[in-house]
Amino acid sequence: MQLLNPVHKWVGLFIAILLLIFLMCASIVYGYTDTTWKMAIDAFTSFNGSNEHIVIESVRLPRSLIAAAVGGSLAIAGVLMQTLTKNPLASPDIFGVNAGAGVAVVIAMTIFGAGNLELFTWLSFAGAAVAAISVYGVGSLGREGLTPMKLTLAGAAMTAMFASFTQGLLVINEAALEQALFWLAGSVAGRKLENLTVVFPYLAAGWIGALLISAKLNVLSMGEDVAKGLGLNTGLLKIGIGLIVILLSGGAVAVSGPIGFIGIVIPHLTRSIVGIDHRWVIPFAGVLGGILLVAADIASRYILMPQEVPVGVMTAIIGTPFFIYIARKGFNGR
Amino acid sequence: MKRYKSLRLNQERISFLIDYKALLTFLGLLLLTVLVFVLSTGLGEMNISPFSVLQVFFGGGTEMDRLVIHTFRLPRIIVALMVGMGLAVAGGILQGMIRNPLASPDILGITGGAAVAVVGFLAIFSDKNHSLTVSIQWLPVAAFIGAAVVALLVYLLAWKNGVSPIRLVLIGIGLMTLMKALTTMMMVLGPIYQTSQANIWITGTVYGSNWNNVKVLVPWIMLFLVIAFIYSRAVNIQELGDEIATGLGGYVQRQRFILLMISTALIGGSVAFAGGIGFVGLMAPHMARRLVGSDFGALLPVSALLGGILVMVADLIGRTLFSPLEIPAGVFTASIGAPYFIYLLFKTRNA
Repeated sequence: MQLLNPVHKWVGLFIAILLLIFLMCASIVYGYTDTTWKMAIDAFTSFNGSNEHIVIESVRLPRSLIAAAVGGSLAIAGVLMQTLTKNPLASPDIFGVNAGAGVAVVIAMTIFGAGNLELFTWLSFAGAAVAAISVYGVGSLGREGLTPMKLTLAGAAMTAMFASFTQGLLVINEAALEQALFWLAGSVAGRKLENLTVVFPYLAAGWIGALLISAKLNVLSMGEDVAKGLGLNTGLLKIGIGLIVILLSGGAVAVSGPIGFIGIVIPHLTRSIVGIDHRWVIPFAGVLGGILLVAADIASRYILMPQEVPVGVMTAIIGTPFFIYIARKGFNGR
Repeated sequence: MKRYKSLRLNQERISFLIDYKALLTFLGLLLLTVLVFVLSTGLGEMNISPFSVLQVFFGGGTEMDRLVIHTFRLPRIIVALMVGMGLAVAGGILQGMIRNPLASPDILGITGGAAVAVVGFLAIFSDKNHSLTVSIQWLPVAAFIGAAVVALLVYLLAWKNGVSPIRLVLIGIGLMTLMKALTTMMMVLGPIYQTSQANIWITGTVYGSNWNNVKVLVPWIMLFLVIAFIYSRAVNIQELGDEIATGLGGYVQRQRFILLMISTALIGGSVAFAGGIGFVGLMAPHMARRLVGSDFGALLPVSALLGGILVMVADLIGRTLFSPLEIPAGVFTASIGAPYFIYLLFKTRNA
């Protein structure tokens, strides 16, 4: 099912946004503490300090907002990376960006202790940037340039490296283990609203930036030579894409820890719905990414009730079969 | 002097081409391995001179030295040696088979499968008081099953009119990510004391090895090492690419399956006893290639020795440098391996 007519696309986007809002509301209402829709509305209109109202305002609301923001950011980052590298498997987690941000945050936890959100965010950006630049650099070294195989291997190897650093840090500093592990699993639970407000400006800048360059992405996706011939400054554009990717994925990881596979699944899904025009792909991917993560987060509360499955695990379970499907399909006969 | 000597046995039914340079390198490394083995046996909480160590090996020495060496040091060092050899040879085979210098057991998800199995084992078989309901002896079995299941899964999912190296890698990476997620989930949901236990295991350590481990591990690794050495000519052919390999009369797919199974057996055995000691499977074959070139007949034995030396040294550093604190050997292999890896990425940019 592909939407061809612009009117259909507008309607589709509108429906998707409605669905996202509905799911976010559902995420506020459903969970371990029994609450009803009426209670949720009351909590905002006439707050009475009851347990349920506190849960809704201080636990569920941030959680639902964070899930939507993180999901959208990761999905858009995935779209940008896939366009930039012309690799259908490129995404923040395969690139090692998540792992890079992860090791940076664990270093921050072991050295400075928890609590300083600003610092976490900046270190997470730094880690994401280091990982992204080194994987891209390493992957494009050499005569053949950026082949999907080299890029994926370089990313996986960087991930392995960052993971063993993280592992080693946690073995040496056992006190940080519990806290770090919770964060490393990738979860939107137990975050405060401040966690989101600290990174929100960066995420929003990333979204707007992605929308602004979306027309140029269409030109770039025709190939570097064609884009240059059409008068596009590809070097500048690539740097811009890189910056936006780092803002989006670094910011997302700082809030929620590494949540995988959204950056792979959603761009492909989106392209199958709206085609390859980035002016549509980017907004759709953002909304659909939010929908996926909010839905996965709601599901994660019910699978092992009363315990919660970290949502990063949920997305991995949904995403792996999809990843394997693309891997089998995309490299036919190679 | 000629570079090669051909050796024919049993009316030319068995023949080898011996590269003098490789043979010399091999003998030199063998000597180095023995040296590291003896030194590492002597060093630790209680230092024993290399001479006394040798005395103990040949049945002499004081009562105290014998006790320390026989009950504590020796099993541990033998396990380290075996694990290093197993991982290095498995890594060498995988690199040859996938024709990419960056392939290694850690990246293909095989180690990850073992990690899930271990964490799952700790989670499932504990009672309410958090003590294990079955003997810890079964842990290696679980690890091996985990590694084998993932390896098979990677192979089956990559099958599509044959298995191509790129699909093998991509699907391996996909499964590795899933395994990591599952491991983290079980660690988060499990009790905290097991979390740190599991974390140490995942990082990789030979701490607490005993003679029972040695008795299982040595025959296992030795058996598959010998098979790997015999089969090494298949890797040589695989390295030329599918078309040429088929043209040379190799059963490419069958060989690929057998090679994957050999490396899984080696990885499973190693991971089962020492956890996820990383980067050995990546580093050792590369160092070996620098020393003796890329003929796998020479490459595999040399990388086996290098792997053994690496893990023994990493373990030695781990238990002496911050004594009495024990640092898992995996931390050191990673901290040598990571910079080496970056160097490698730069070096092999045109490969």
